[in-house]
Amino acid sequence: MPTLILRRFGFAAFTIAFVSMIMFAAVEALPGNVCTSFLQRLAQGPRLERCIEQQGLDRPAIERYADWASGALKGDFGYSLKKRKPINEVIGERLANTALLGGLATFLAIPLAVFLGIVAGVRRDRPLDLSLSGIAMLAMTIPEFVTATALIYVFAIVLQWFPAVTVMRSGMGFFDMLPNVVLPVLVLSAVLIAHIMRMMRASVIDVMASDYVQMARLKGVPERQIIRRHVVPNAMIPALNVIALTVAWLLAGVVVVEKVFNYPGLGTLMIQAIYDRDLPLVLSVALIFSAIYVAVNLLADLAALMIDPRLRRGGH
Amino acid sequence: MLQLINTIISRPSGAIGLTLTALHLAIALLAPLIAPYDPTVQNADAVLLPPSLEHWMGTDTLGRDIFSRVLHGGRLAISVTFAGAVIATVWGSFAGIIFGTVGGRIDEYFMRLVDAFLSVPWLLFLLLIISIGGAGPSTIIPTLGFFYGAAVLRVIRGAAMQVAARDFVTAAKARGEKLWPILTREMFPNLSDVILVEGAMRWSWMLLAFSSLSFLGFGATPPTPDWGLMVAQERGLLSTAPWAVFWPCLALSSLIIGINLLADAIGKALGIDRATAMAM
Repeated sequence: MPTLILRRFGFAAFTIAFVSMIMFAAVEALPGNVCTSFLQRLAQGPRLERCIEQQGLDRPAIERYADWASGALKGDFGYSLKKRKPINEVIGERLANTALLGGLATFLAIPLAVFLGIVAGVRRDRPLDLSLSGIAMLAMTIPEFVTATALIYVFAIVLQWFPAVTVMRSGMGFFDMLPNVVLPVLVLSAVLIAHIMRMMRASVIDVMASDYVQMARLKGVPERQIIRRHVVPNAMIPALNVIALTVAWLLAGVVVVEKVFNYPGLGTLMIQAIYDRDLPLVLSVALIFSAIYVAVNLLADLAALMIDPRLRRGGH
Repeated sequence: MLQLINTIISRPSGAIGLTLTALHLAIALLAPLIAPYDPTVQNADAVLLPPSLEHWMGTDTLGRDIFSRVLHGGRLAISVTFAGAVIATVWGSFAGIIFGTVGGRIDEYFMRLVDAFLSVPWLLFLLLIISIGGAGPSTIIPTLGFFYGAAVLRVIRGAAMQVAARDFVTAAKARGEKLWPILTREMFPNLSDVILVEGAMRWSWMLLAFSSLSFLGFGATPPTPDWGLMVAQERGLLSTAPWAVFWPCLALSSLIIGINLLADAIGKALGIDRATAMAM
């Protein structure tokens, strides 16, 4: 058991190291360097020299990677070209804002999706299941910016319940923020709910067909109790993995949704950094997103180990 | 083939999917012939007109005919993502079949790399590549193809492992067949159905990815008529001219839904359980 947990931690560490190397190498592969790409036609003379010195570009790539990686571990991501500030200062508040959005969406979506998935799975192929599954399909396939635009039209323009774009001042209290996050959270959780619900439904259907459920039925256990005692706990395990995978989608979705609502989070920061060709900042935000994803996956793995004793035996 | 189409349209969702996809492909092909106006010609005297007999879907902020732009709006997205989906399916299934057949240590280590690679959220990866290589199809097609191919690889490798465990493959190995004949004659014919469905499904997700990129300003470049870009450009005037946003949204969503339903129906008609394939 302890070696198993250690191995999961090891794989998470390996993943994040590998990902950071790929991303760093991708930037290295570009023609020119970070400074020429940022300064474009102005890349000459003392301006270029200052930039090269500030970014430490005169040193070999391996050394710079080691510096960047060890700095990132301590929360020091280097220096933003456009903002002329240390990157961790730029990121701080943005990270909190994105965490608020993602956190609320996740906490809203998971219980609801699990519940709907159970309902749909138990009532397989009945009208309720068909309509739930149909709505889930729509939520998964319609692009987030389309859903968001539709919600803005209905709730911000026609009904005027919520603001269409985020109105935010720094130092705002949690409850003042709430009207700003309602619509973005709704968009994000709609897709999360759809993905998790589909998996939960499939998983419930599998378990319902299993021998032990059949056995319980034959013993005369009431259906309600079968679902609560046998179906739900067993169906949760495969669904847990999908919950972790949907976080990967959430991190991508958050970029689009933040852009639609002009929400001051990491996503809009990254898009602005791309417009500005501020590669050190782009790289840092991408690394933070990947780290969040790997961490969530690790948590899901460990949770699965806790729920399911069968996983604790054997190699992997 | 005819039989397959019959099975697909026997289900309402399959019939809807096939109709939507065929309709969109036909429109994209014929757009230059059927569009009443040039989609890029601006008209300062006809800015933001509501829908009328002259302009069925109204006009946008630059006085361009929205109906003509909507008809043209899928051409770039469809061709870019189709190319990307072909690249992804070809390399993903090729590598997936090899690793699924060979198995063992190499397969195990390589899959760890693939898993690590897949853990970069796709949009971030694309944005990073775009910020380095610039926007536009020449960057986006190979990147989408490469990245989605890794996901195809994962699924096809899982399916290939099941085929590789069956008797006829063992028999071929026992006969002393080389790897290549086993791949082409034993493995591929038994996996082509899965590959087809996988490719169609990836195509629909890729359309979603490309239109999101266009929306963010990294896909199509103005004045190209493109649904994602149209929504991004016109949504500032959502309260005064909702039609300029509504029609591209509808066109884009119906195409993605159509391909998705079609892929699902092909899968069901061929007896492929996508729920289990997705989970792997």
